[in-house]
Amino acid sequence: MTLGIKGGMRTGFLWIEDWLDRAFGPAWNPLYHLGALGFFYYWIVAASGIYVYILFDTGTTEAYDSIEYMTVEQWYLGGVMRSLHRYASDGMVLMMVVHMLREFALDRYRGNRWFTWFTGVPVFWLVIASGITGYWLVWDKLAQYLALATTEWFDWLPIFGQPIARNFLAPSLLDDRFFTLLTFMHIAVPLILLLVLWIHLQRVSRSRIHPARGLALGTFAMLLALSLFKPAVSQGPADLARIPAEVGLDWFYLAGYPLMDIWSKGALWAFTATLTLIVAVLPWLPPLRRVPAAVVDLKNCNGCTRCTEDCPFNAVSMQPRTDGLPFEWEAAVNASHCVACGICAGACPTSTPFRRASDLVPGIDLPDRSLRQLRDQLEQAAAALSGKARVVVFGCDHGVAPRDLALPGVAALSLPCIGALPPSFIDYVLSRDLADGVFITGCRKGECYQRFGQRWTEDRLARRRDPYLRARVPRERIGTFWAAPTNRRRLVQAVESFAAGLGAPPPAPGGPERPVGAPEASTEEAAAHG
Amino acid sequence: MARALRYLGQAAVYLLIAILLGIFSDSPAYLAFPRDQALIKLSLVHSAQRKVPCRKLSAEELAELAPNMRKPMSCSRERLPLWLEVRLDDRLLFSKSLPPAGLSKDGPARVYHRIPVAPGRHSLSLKMRDSARTEGYDYQLDMEVELEALQNLVVDFRPESGGFILR
Ligand code: HEM
Ligand code: SF4
Ligand code: SF4
Repeated sequence: MTLGIKGGMRTGFLWIEDWLDRAFGPAWNPLYHLGALGFFYYWIVAASGIYVYILFDTGTTEAYDSIEYMTVEQWYLGGVMRSLHRYASDGMVLMMVVHMLREFALDRYRGNRWFTWFTGVPVFWLVIASGITGYWLVWDKLAQYLALATTEWFDWLPIFGQPIARNFLAPSLLDDRFFTLLTFMHIAVPLILLLVLWIHLQRVSRSRIHPARGLALGTFAMLLALSLFKPAVSQGPADLARIPAEVGLDWFYLAGYPLMDIWSKGALWAFTATLTLIVAVLPWLPPLRRVPAAVVDLKNCNGCTRCTEDCPFNAVSMQPRTDGLPFEWEAAVNASHCVACGICAGACPTSTPFRRASDLVPGIDLPDRSLRQLRDQLEQAAAALSGKARVVVFGCDHGVAPRDLALPGVAALSLPCIGALPPSFIDYVLSRDLADGVFITGCRKGECYQRFGQRWTEDRLARRRDPYLRARVPRERIGTFWAAPTNRRRLVQAVESFAAGLGAPPPAPGGPERPVGAPEASTEEAAAHG
Repeated sequence: MARALRYLGQAAVYLLIAILLGIFSDSPAYLAFPRDQALIKLSLVHSAQRKVPCRKLSAEELAELAPNMRKPMSCSRERLPLWLEVRLDDRLLFSKSLPPAGLSKDGPARVYHRIPVAPGRHSLSLKMRDSARTEGYDYQLDMEVELEALQNLVVDFRPESGGFILR
């Protein structure tokens, strides 16, 4: 049941992202940068908030009047700032909710990825609390409604000596100090939010917290246009002697308030607490994801730091050598952070299939999906290939399933992530004549389930990032196509046309000859290791 | 051409987001209270009398106490419940015995209760017992009130101001 919903959501996201790719391209696709957009909105809210705060007066009548002043008299600056402040806050909620649904739909929250999800839950409530305290400060009719509804709701909890709703009985009882407290909260809560966001990102390395410039510009222009077209306004001064009947709710922040009139306060507390709890424990609900973490083999580790550099989840660190080998550092895996993507094994210079079978133990590897196993599978699958254009496809578990690529003359192998493929495997296939071409595929461009698989792979093939694909490998025998599971047909076409190209006459003489034989290779790899 | 089309597509997406933000930031409006009603809000915090009245200690009893504990009165902590009744034009709106707060029942009784009523002229009658009596009232207020639609009439209580206060 949940799998059905999740699968449907996933297909929906992949489909929309495909369309957005056409308009924005992967680098600007908003759905690939929801967290970064969330941060971008946060900074807009912070900057406009500082300006609005300068013009703001705390006090029961001063608050409303000062906000009216910026909205009406200083509409060109104060008004715009106020509108930016409101709309960017709303944008933050929108991004956050879609971000959350997307991480859920694409299954990036279970297993050792629980931490980021779990810390997202307080982030959610801190964002909402920031917004509510903000609306409260305006002290218009909406604020009055919020003040009473919120305090009445909190008074249900047996924690306050005096009902806090009593602060809002009558204008004469309203205390300026209460506004000072609220102002303080409206500044403190967003700052705590920033701190919790920092914690949120502790287990994602190189997190994208800045959207690409084009996306940022477009987003800001959109907010500015909206602020000019429909400036944020107040809803008439609060008057505690009269009940606000109709209030214009900001549904991004306040959608839960009408529930207070439908359910009892206790029921709403129970509902909120239960829902929060369910969301918080989602990572541990079945089906559980438990995969053994990467393991370091010190005899094969020279402390080159590549695994640390490439790990997308901050799971490998370098520590001083413990085994007496003449290197400064050694790799150490924090098993509780590791999601078993294998990218570290793909980065390790000792992960080379040219080594003798007994020796293919990389410095770092996945215990249940070792590179030795991959090489065995590769040799077995390649041996079954025949014809003029034999192709080995290396794919990943999160793109198009390799069994969906059952094409004649094609052997498809799947890795936990395409970034787990050491480039030397491509060299190995071609130089040992296991196939005529190697085709690389993985998640759609700009969007990798394991975050960096496709990015590191492209960099390694283009010799921009260690470990390089050796220069001798004929590039025309390597094909790549990045595809989501929903793009199976496009991928099949790409593989077919790649295979067809392999049958074509070889490139002009004088070009790089197709290398054969391994002895040369093993010396170069050994040198890389030393 | 393809480039222009792409920017057009982007503009469409931004427009969609702007429309979402613009609309749902303050609409649709929510009717939080019926327009043709007034509200009587009972909001009071008051300690009823002690369950066992304070008693003056005799000289012998005082002598038995440690010197630093000698207070002339002995008081139990527990309070009585507070009884409150509200009538509007002889219609009973509220009648409850409110327990004292706190684990040892030594805190004030409190009530916060909203009663929507029809606007217009009404006779309002408020009665309270904060003692152990079962007949008659310790505090009572009867008055005519003229309520407008959407008016918020707060019933509060301050013994130092003589009892019930309407705000
Ligand atoms: C304004 C609020 C939020 C902001 C600004 C934010 C920001 C981010 C950022 C920047 C990333 C890293 C993206 C990357 O570089 O790959 C991220 C990842 C993530 N966030 Fe959030 N986040 C927010 C709220 C939430 C919430 C409410 C949840 C869920 C309860 C959540 C769950 C996650 C998950 C599961 C990941 C992915 C971790 C992974 O790939 O293993 N976030 N977030
Ligand atoms: S498998 Fe390697 S790269 Fe992936 S999370 Fe674990 S340690 Fe990091
Ligand atoms: S990449 Fe391999 S050799 Fe380099 S530090 Fe990591 S485990 Fe050691």
